[in-house]
Amino acid sequence: MAITLSASDAPSPPLSARLSPPQVWGIALLAPYLLVFLAFVVYPVGYGLWLARHPASYVALYNDPIFARAAVNTLIFLVIGINIKMLIALFLSGFFAQQRPWIRWLSVIFILPWAVPSIPTILSVRFMLNPEWGVVNQLIFKFTGDDGPNWLNDPAVALAMAIGVHIWKSLPFWTLILLTGRLAIPHDLYEASDVDGANWWQKFRYITWPSMQTLYITCTLLSMIWTLGDFNSVYLLTGGGPADLTHVLSTLGIRYLRLDQLSLAMASIICAMPFVLPLVYYMMKRLSR
Amino acid sequence: MKLPTLRDVGTDAKLLLIGIPVFIWTMIPIYHMFVFAISPKEDAFTGKLWPTHPTLHNFSIVFHQQHYFLRDFWIQFWNSTVIALAVGALTLFVATAAAFSISRLRVPGGRAVMNMALFTYFIPAAFLAVPMYRTMGTYGLLNNHWSLILAMVTIAAPYAIWVLKQASDKLPVELDEAATMDGATTLQLFRLVYVPLMMPSLVAVGTYAILLAWNEYLYAFLLLSKDTDITLPVALGNFLAADDSPWELLMTTGFIYALPPAAVYYAFKRYMVGGLTAGAVKS
Repeated sequence: MAITLSASDAPSPPLSARLSPPQVWGIALLAPYLLVFLAFVVYPVGYGLWLARHPASYVALYNDPIFARAAVNTLIFLVIGINIKMLIALFLSGFFAQQRPWIRWLSVIFILPWAVPSIPTILSVRFMLNPEWGVVNQLIFKFTGDDGPNWLNDPAVALAMAIGVHIWKSLPFWTLILLTGRLAIPHDLYEASDVDGANWWQKFRYITWPSMQTLYITCTLLSMIWTLGDFNSVYLLTGGGPADLTHVLSTLGIRYLRLDQLSLAMASIICAMPFVLPLVYYMMKRLSR
Repeated sequence: MKLPTLRDVGTDAKLLLIGIPVFIWTMIPIYHMFVFAISPKEDAFTGKLWPTHPTLHNFSIVFHQQHYFLRDFWIQFWNSTVIALAVGALTLFVATAAAFSISRLRVPGGRAVMNMALFTYFIPAAFLAVPMYRTMGTYGLLNNHWSLILAMVTIAAPYAIWVLKQASDKLPVELDEAATMDGATTLQLFRLVYVPLMMPSLVAVGTYAILLAWNEYLYAFLLLSKDTDITLPVALGNFLAADDSPWELLMTTGFIYALPPAAVYYAFKRYMVGGLTAGAVKS
């Protein structure tokens, strides 16, 4: 009906005439996001790149031992921390896939670290590890009579604790994602393998892993990108200390910013881009399908 | 009723061997915070697993703002609430309009915008914070709540648009065609057909944005500084500035601060899990 009506009074191409008002609306409705994107992503990023254009900034970074240390710490955080986290998540997803009422209850509690904000819990851990009044050293003293170690004063231990806090916070999320993937595997495969007398390792090796491989690798990459931006775990636990030895790139950028060395801050971020951009590009392609 | 076999009991014992450490690991920081919150000041540092005289006195101190660090507790609570709700509303508006435009109206260039949004989503927020801070200074928005609101909308919108676009791609095209046949304008299509059908996703996205804003520390701490302007997490961080900060009050405040998002999370878990997992599982 609409077509015959419009065809009778509009000799111009009827299709474009009919499509045009929605397209005007389309542009109008896209405009708010475009404005936000231009004002708060394009302009800041462009401005940041402009600030970081001098080679002198990179020379200064290269000569700053804190930067080298932060780069190494970031690598440790990503390569060791994330892989440990994802392996535990893979293991626990198998645990939570078991059909038991108490495991269902436990899964509700298990998600708590993800559901509560990170600031109070990180500060809680920080107090636990306090050398004099923290509960950890109090218990060590009570049972052994010795003073416990000064946890956050040793850079290696402090970084390990920051990684621990990060794992505590985000393990539930990744376990949940991997659990969804695991539950999507058809159950008959396991029943058939039972008939064939497969042991748990063979079931994992030939059924679970092949079906979850892609998901697992995607999750690991995604977690690496996001962990690069994990400011809270390090900043609120160690503050980058002792002696600025536990910084990662995200806290170092903010440190330079606070010291009013904006070009150094931007340069340190740009140094991470050769690593970040391929991952971001890969994930973007993956999700935009 | 079938009696459990020895083999079943063995399996359950093995599962418990995993379950108990998982439970302890999960609860330790939260329980530690809770014990501090219900301990009187003199009990708080004795390393007991349960205080001898549990009390709600700390909560009363926080609610009555009876400490130097807590002078502005209620106004900070209010700031957190207003900012979180504003981010939720604005993100919903921006993202729903964009998703409708890209997915239903198939606006030219929509795909490119979607890709740019996803790109922003994957850039670590702590990296964007550096130039964002300077830009907010240029716009004259520093120490103004709008700076934090707009920054959080920038961060929340990409994921929101993506989730909404995924959901609206699933709605049948015939729906729009039928409505247009009946003479619905684009705006009517949006208001009367699209929004009602998208409700579950809208709830998920709104909750996501509100929680993201309520939990945000870094941007709040960079963009706001006056004691009466800051949000609760920044106030919690400020406790660390002094060596003699009252831990039991900090943990009490932290506990109060953590309750609303946890409640919202569990109330909307159905939506949250669906929305979140859909993203990563798609392979």
